[in-house]
Amino acid sequence: MSATANVMAEGQAEPEHKEHKQSFITKYVFSQDHKIIGKQFMITGMAMAVIGILMSILFRIQIAWPEQSQAIFSMFLGEKWAPDGVMTPDAYLGLVTMHGTIMVFFVMTAGLSGTFSNILIPLQIGARDMASGFINMLSSWLFFISCCIMLSSLFVQGGPPMGGWTVYPPLSAVPEAASGSGTGMALWIIAMVFFIAQSLLGSINYIVTIINMRTKGMTMTRLPLTIWSFLITAIVGILSFPVLLSAALLLLMDHSFGTSFFLSDIYIQGEVLAHEGGSPVLFQHLFWFLGHPEVYIVILPAMGIVSEVLATNARKPIFGYRAMIASLLAIAFLSTLVWGHHMFVSGMNPFLGSVFTFTTLLIAIPSAVKAFNWTTTIWKGNLQLNPAMLFSIGMVSTFISGGLTGIVVGDSTLDIHVHDTYFVIAHFHLVMGISAAFGFFAGIYHWYPKMYGKMMNKTMGYIHFWVTMVGVYGVFFPMHFVGLAGLPRRYYTNSAFPYFDDLIDANILMTVFAIITGAVQLVFLANFFYSMIYGAKAPKNPWKSNTLEWTTPVARIHGNWPGEIPSVYRWAYDYSKLNNDGTDYVIPGQDYIPQNLPQHDNEPEPEI
Amino acid sequence: MTVFLILIVLGLLVITAWQISKIFQLAKTKKSESYAGVNDSRDNRIQGYLMLTFGILFYGFMIFNFWEYSKLYPPKAASAEGVELDTLFFTTAIVIMLVQVLMQALIFYFSYKYHGRKGLVAKFFPDHDKLEFAWTIIPVIVLAILIVYGLFTWSDIMNVSEEDDDVMVVELYAYQYGWKARYAGDDNTLGKANVRFIEGINSLGVDESDPYSEDDIVVSELHLPVGQKVLFKMRSQDVIHSAYFPLFRAQMNVVPGMVTQYAFTPTITTEEMRKRPYMLDKVETINTYRKKESEKLAAAGDEPLDEYEFDYFVLCNKVCGTSHYNMQMKIIVEEQDEFEEWLAEQPTFGETMEKS
Repeated sequence: MSATANVMAEGQAEPEHKEHKQSFITKYVFSQDHKIIGKQFMITGMAMAVIGILMSILFRIQIAWPEQSQAIFSMFLGEKWAPDGVMTPDAYLGLVTMHGTIMVFFVMTAGLSGTFSNILIPLQIGARDMASGFINMLSSWLFFISCCIMLSSLFVQGGPPMGGWTVYPPLSAVPEAASGSGTGMALWIIAMVFFIAQSLLGSINYIVTIINMRTKGMTMTRLPLTIWSFLITAIVGILSFPVLLSAALLLLMDHSFGTSFFLSDIYIQGEVLAHEGGSPVLFQHLFWFLGHPEVYIVILPAMGIVSEVLATNARKPIFGYRAMIASLLAIAFLSTLVWGHHMFVSGMNPFLGSVFTFTTLLIAIPSAVKAFNWTTTIWKGNLQLNPAMLFSIGMVSTFISGGLTGIVVGDSTLDIHVHDTYFVIAHFHLVMGISAAFGFFAGIYHWYPKMYGKMMNKTMGYIHFWVTMVGVYGVFFPMHFVGLAGLPRRYYTNSAFPYFDDLIDANILMTVFAIITGAVQLVFLANFFYSMIYGAKAPKNPWKSNTLEWTTPVARIHGNWPGEIPSVYRWAYDYSKLNNDGTDYVIPGQDYIPQNLPQHDNEPEPEI
Repeated sequence: MTVFLILIVLGLLVITAWQISKIFQLAKTKKSESYAGVNDSRDNRIQGYLMLTFGILFYGFMIFNFWEYSKLYPPKAASAEGVELDTLFFTTAIVIMLVQVLMQALIFYFSYKYHGRKGLVAKFFPDHDKLEFAWTIIPVIVLAILIVYGLFTWSDIMNVSEEDDDVMVVELYAYQYGWKARYAGDDNTLGKANVRFIEGINSLGVDESDPYSEDDIVVSELHLPVGQKVLFKMRSQDVIHSAYFPLFRAQMNVVPGMVTQYAFTPTITTEEMRKRPYMLDKVETINTYRKKESEKLAAAGDEPLDEYEFDYFVLCNKVCGTSHYNMQMKIIVEEQDEFEEWLAEQPTFGETMEKS
């Protein structure tokens, strides 16, 4: 198809480009256009998010009002998993496991990175499409298949996996150990195989496109930070996801075909199993070798989006562009060396714990640099506080709140007390979950006009932001204290024995905030779909931004630019740059200089 | 307390409502200066003020949390190693709270102070080498101190040798869903064990042919002498469990197919801990709560709840299946002579096997 019409950078003459006649099927279903594929990722990811968030509300209700009959449980869980409306412990564990799996992989990885990498990479680097439209389409449909398989595990006999999203064997590998460890677990593994395949196909495409298909003048140091973050995310994904694939396949072997990679000396239900010689800790090493880079795969695209949105709306260049790239690289490099901090008390050699403490705390340095640079970016700005900007500022706030507690959980000694307690839950939800979600929302509010040619309703956007912002701190700030009290995670009820009875007020408070926060996401969804049809028509460049995507016409066309692809002459962050005399902006009366404008006569030489 | 919480929630809701009404009021005003959907200077002003309001509220909420919930942190660690951990924790906590308080203030203050308005010109400020160097090097120094401090504590806690005479070896045995413990007996050496030996009353799979196992003592309630360093050798029968002792600040996973270990020295007896003001308070709070629940239960014709009395415990802290949430064992820390008396009353493994 027209993927062949891609121009290989370096100023080739523009070949004739025609809009093809497309049927509904080729245009919207089996599309090879990066913008449609991005939207497919987005819609699928949002559907998964609705399911994942709903699950969290269900189990939060159980935690706040343990073992009480709720109509909502009967409605969603049915008589089998909630007899007389009381959630069973197995249902609770299934919900917790699926919430984690869905949110980490399907929403925050594919939904965030898949959506914005696809939509933004060709548009911001000045390319007509991805390097391979076909592989891109394949990636999108493998993602959809993966979602279907994962969700199907909810409906099988025995239910979904119940061993937490980290699926540690033997619990996950021995069907006798938990009711979800039978068919449900097999489906989980198969879904992850498809998921990893889509992630690798997508990542290869992103890397090739960014390296090879930049328009004339778009050097690496002129790329917007969004593109840098997508590039580094894709590289980290390619390095670490194959390891998860191997772990998943070995686990499938243990689970279904009687091998003993991760199993040894197990006596269950009155019988000794034949497995001999495997190590459960080996699985943890393999899992976290992906699992830790994975959390950076989740957060890096959000960091890129936030950097771009902050600079645009502060009407200021991002502070320390080169330091921002360097810190992205440092985070990506270190992220592959810290997996052991999830295993301080796993029984591995304590000396390894020392090494991983060292590398883990090192990663705080580039993260701190990013936080300081964002804060400096809004200092002395002319802040345009639209919903995208609010979510970006919110992300900086939650990233700092959550990141700081990383110094506690990343320290092997302190981890002894807080490991697997609610303190960890509070930490990673703020630093990874909420921050990534805020990055996602910032991206949607910012690029919605590009995606649909319509503006989103700002009032609904403001309501969405403020209630969410109050809500997430309401849920996760008190959670630190509950964790420090020693409350273990994944407990079906905290009142089976009296010691934690005094935590009930805090748990109710968190659940109330969780319900409010969950509910207000409906405002976002309503805004999203309402604006698609009834939204005000978007101007070409509503946020007065410098990057190339805003030079394309509002109407979506195949190939992105109607004529020649614009050449690039400057970096993406010339906001509020004054002319040589300091009397006015470089372009009088306009505080931004798009990337496709050449150096002006009366303009100071660029430093970068 | 609940009333206070409800007030806070209501307060936040009122603020939300106030802000929503403000926004609606704004939406009703005449056409803004720019495109629909793009923020104008009115939006910027309102949102700027909201940022400031939120910032202040956020500080209020943080103070409330510390005021109301910092007492949830368990009382003074009941082990020598736990005290070290606590000192490190409070040092770290002070450092991170300082940074938190400073950075959040800057973020919300800047968002308010520099909200967009006509005539405001943003400062073109792309980089500043000295500034960036400073805030790279300062975290490096602070983290270096924390790392070194942490690693010393870590090696103090984790490096234990079985050969030391003054260490008492105890096996901690985990299964779905409970705990057992095995004392080494007079020879201070545990007999060999493997799940393949599990049969009938020998539920820990102790090897009968090993002479060391003869005097081992298997119990389902853990007693520890105060002031004696205990080295736990941990085994699991089925899946991964985690032995979590929050009051001793101790934790180690229990993994099938291997033996993991962790050592600590209990320093406060159960009796002493029960009399501590912290524990008296906590128990009273819990009993008030349980009394209320009991009244409800009594009204429904059910058994009322027992009065709670504090005891140490070990919990399972690695999800292990359906009853994970209730997998625990009582621990009693007592004086050496009381401990010896109790231990002498327990049948040895050899005696138990003979009886059966």
